[in-house]
Amino acid sequence: MEPLIKTIDLKKYFKVNGGLLHAVDGVNIEIKKGRTLGVVGESGCGKSTLGRLVIRLLEATSGEVLFEGNDILKCNRQEMKKIRPKMQIIFQDPFSSLNPRMSVFELIAEPLVMNHVYKSRREMTEKILSLMDTVGLAERFVNTYPHEMDGGRRQRVGIARALALSPKFIVCDEPVSALDVSIQAQILNLLMDLQEEMKLTYMFITHDLSVVKHISNEIAVMYLGQCIERAESTELFKNPMHPYTKALLSAIPVPRLTGNQNKKIIRGEVSDPINPKPGCRFASRCDYCKDHCLGQDIPLKDQGNEHFVACRIYQ
Amino acid sequence: MMNEKLLVVKDLSVIYKTDEAIVHAVNKINFDIGRKETIGLVGETGAGKTTTALAIMQLLPERTGRITEGEILFKGENLLKKSKNEMRMIRGERMSMIFQDPMTSLNPIVTVGDQIRESLDIHNHDKKNKIELEARVDELLKLVGIQPRRKSEYPHQFSGGMKQRVVIAMALACNPELLIADEPTTALDVTIQAQVLALMAELKEQLGTSMIMITHDLGVVAQTCDKVAIMYAGEIVEQGTARDIFEGEKHHPYTLGLFGSIPDLEVETRRLNPIDGLMPDPTDLPPGCKFHPRCKSCMEICKHKQPEPHSFGNHIIVCHLYAKEV
Amino acid sequence: MNMNSITEITTTPIKKKYKKKSRFGEIWKRMKKNRIAMLGLAIFSVIVLCTVFADMIVPYSVALEQNIGDRLQPPSAAHWFGTDAYGRDIFARVIHGTRNSLVMGIGAVVVGISLGGVFGAAAGYYGGIVDTLIMRVMDTIMCIPFMLLALAIVAALGPGLVNVLIALMLSMVPYYTRVIRSAILTVTGQDFIEAAKACGTPDRYIILKHILPNAIGPVIVQATMSVGTMIIWAAAMSFLGMGIQPPTPEWGSMLSEGKDYMLSSPHLVIFPGMAIVLTALSINLLGDGLRDALDPRLKD
Repeated sequence: MEPLIKTIDLKKYFKVNGGLLHAVDGVNIEIKKGRTLGVVGESGCGKSTLGRLVIRLLEATSGEVLFEGNDILKCNRQEMKKIRPKMQIIFQDPFSSLNPRMSVFELIAEPLVMNHVYKSRREMTEKILSLMDTVGLAERFVNTYPHEMDGGRRQRVGIARALALSPKFIVCDEPVSALDVSIQAQILNLLMDLQEEMKLTYMFITHDLSVVKHISNEIAVMYLGQCIERAESTELFKNPMHPYTKALLSAIPVPRLTGNQNKKIIRGEVSDPINPKPGCRFASRCDYCKDHCLGQDIPLKDQGNEHFVACRIYQ
Repeated sequence: MMNEKLLVVKDLSVIYKTDEAIVHAVNKINFDIGRKETIGLVGETGAGKTTTALAIMQLLPERTGRITEGEILFKGENLLKKSKNEMRMIRGERMSMIFQDPMTSLNPIVTVGDQIRESLDIHNHDKKNKIELEARVDELLKLVGIQPRRKSEYPHQFSGGMKQRVVIAMALACNPELLIADEPTTALDVTIQAQVLALMAELKEQLGTSMIMITHDLGVVAQTCDKVAIMYAGEIVEQGTARDIFEGEKHHPYTLGLFGSIPDLEVETRRLNPIDGLMPDPTDLPPGCKFHPRCKSCMEICKHKQPEPHSFGNHIIVCHLYAKEV
Repeated sequence: MNMNSITEITTTPIKKKYKKKSRFGEIWKRMKKNRIAMLGLAIFSVIVLCTVFADMIVPYSVALEQNIGDRLQPPSAAHWFGTDAYGRDIFARVIHGTRNSLVMGIGAVVVGISLGGVFGAAAGYYGGIVDTLIMRVMDTIMCIPFMLLALAIVAALGPGLVNVLIALMLSMVPYYTRVIRSAILTVTGQDFIEAAKACGTPDRYIILKHILPNAIGPVIVQATMSVGTMIIWAAAMSFLGMGIQPPTPEWGSMLSEGKDYMLSSPHLVIFPGMAIVLTALSINLLGDGLRDALDPRLKD
């Protein structure tokens, strides 16, 4: 099956004091239709930047983003206007991603109005109410403002906005990390139901590995702007290969009394993403680091059954 | 037996009074901590975890927060009867607190070393001289795994995990007997969280500090706590040893809901079993059991009668379900 | 939900129930709850009415009529506010001066904000070269002392109400550009701007619907504060002979004329002074209330 979205050597550098910040540095991913790719990594690994690049909310420095086979980075304004509704994003913080001066009605109406979807106000109102129903918001909230609602309901408004234009692909940028656990589960269930009903394709960005395992078919692990391991979700959890992935999995505190002993704790912290030296970026924290890890970037290599890893140990 | 308890909280109630409404943030909670023990306060936003901590430290916002009843006994002395000055000497010296966000709990224009030395200065009863204090700062930094030569650097030169280490060093400066950690790792990445949690566990062993660990993450609790108290809408709905909570048979329905909401890494489930509904409005709590509108096993009695605590040894569950079993 | 909308459900089809409430109605509803703002509004309304119906209260000719025999009279039944050095009725002059002063004060601020708003919004939203260009030009203008700049402009254009107005508002532009740019910068960083971009909202709508409404609060307060200042500046211009030419009544020039007699006949400065204070205060209260009413977060 052709992937719905595919990136080829996607790069985004930001100019900062002291050089170039390599936020996303040569990432190749693909997501098949109706599937979910989980993108995991710690803060500063470029996962949110990647999410914005694939729907062109940010302009990439170089590389390609193929959406249904077309490179959207080459599209002009008019073409982009046609593609934009097919790709949407759900934001992390339901508190700052909704304009505080707009009511729920206006918020959900915005994408519809801006893309001239409906001629009559009556049709649009119907659509808005049905969207609210889809995401589980009671009709009585239609005239409320974001500050009058709790985080879970706000996030539902954010989801309704994203669904308004009937997109094919949605980037979920940490949609549940600002929510309480019990609400988190409600939203995750909602997202999964919607995917099934509407055949949506997700790119699910998160730092929470238990969430990502639950929702994703495939997982990409990022470290300092690079994708260092990519595999089927169950495969990755069963058989993590990259030393960083192993450490990441071991670091999750499990809600069980046994299993938190003998954790493998990696030393040090993420190094500076400004003008990084070529070579494995995890090298300074890695126990298996050898000379050949440095000096030259390490490509992702298929280890069989679609399990890709960028580490010298396996090459 | 009572003398061995470092801290006993009895029937503590806290309200916040604003112009419009009275918020019942904490309602008659009871728990205690022995020496070298760690208790986890678990709950969601608005459960009253942080309020409880602030009440113990007597740091409630002065204009709105008030303790309406109860006692907080620290080594047998009621903290609520202490004057402001006495309390100030207890804070930082005998009990101290680590806040959630290491980014904002350090002063950006004072060097890290000076910030640690400040709390030493304030509680400097032995009239130690400057050199001795500096030596202590070095010692503390080493303790939390930071090279002492970095003490002349400013907070912005440290990463998030390092800042949290500095905050821990500050909290430990005077060898407190009780450490209250309010979501100490929530703002950190998992690998850094693992480092900080390991450090805290190690220090606890080494220094024999008792700890209140406030968190919403059951994983963190499992890893660090001896005892656990689950809070909901200002009440402790279940408490017991970590074994009771994580491996026990009997649970409060809310505890079950919390566990059901976390995706399990080892079990394959397609759907999570979240708790329906939302936290109740603290200005307008439901009658009877506070959890009944969201409870899957709600009975008629739950809707109007506040449940009694039912204990199974040290394991206490506040729920009507267990009424007949006792 | 109140009783009204419940009855509405039963009588109208369901779609109508959620017809958008009018923006203005909602703002007005919130505004009404704010007593102090309503006081400001009341005072301001009286002042505006005085402007509109000035001729009915007291004919314009009275304000200009000189009567040397009656000069410097204290307030009395015949002359409520007394008379000035030329024996003119101060009450009539204050009433007829309202229009000139209001036009000066409010006009300069409104135009200043509009122009400053356009420049500030462009600078803040687009950033980069646009920002640098606009801000450096504004900085250069701001280096010239305010009064000097205004005088230079009037000197070039010639004295008179309209020219003074142009001078004042042009001098205000850099100041407002700066205020609005910084207000906009704080809003632009927020996620909802990105959210709007993601659903295809064009830039001009983003600025108009998302950025400006959220940035306007501090600007409104600043603006109402400077209405009073503008009236005083206009007065200073008149005093220097660059502004409104005597004998046209204007509060500022009345103040400067009266200052020589301030000790013997304080009413010469008290009444026009009070008029300025009341106007500035009422606009200030109104602006404060308006800022709150515009923000749905402060609804209850």
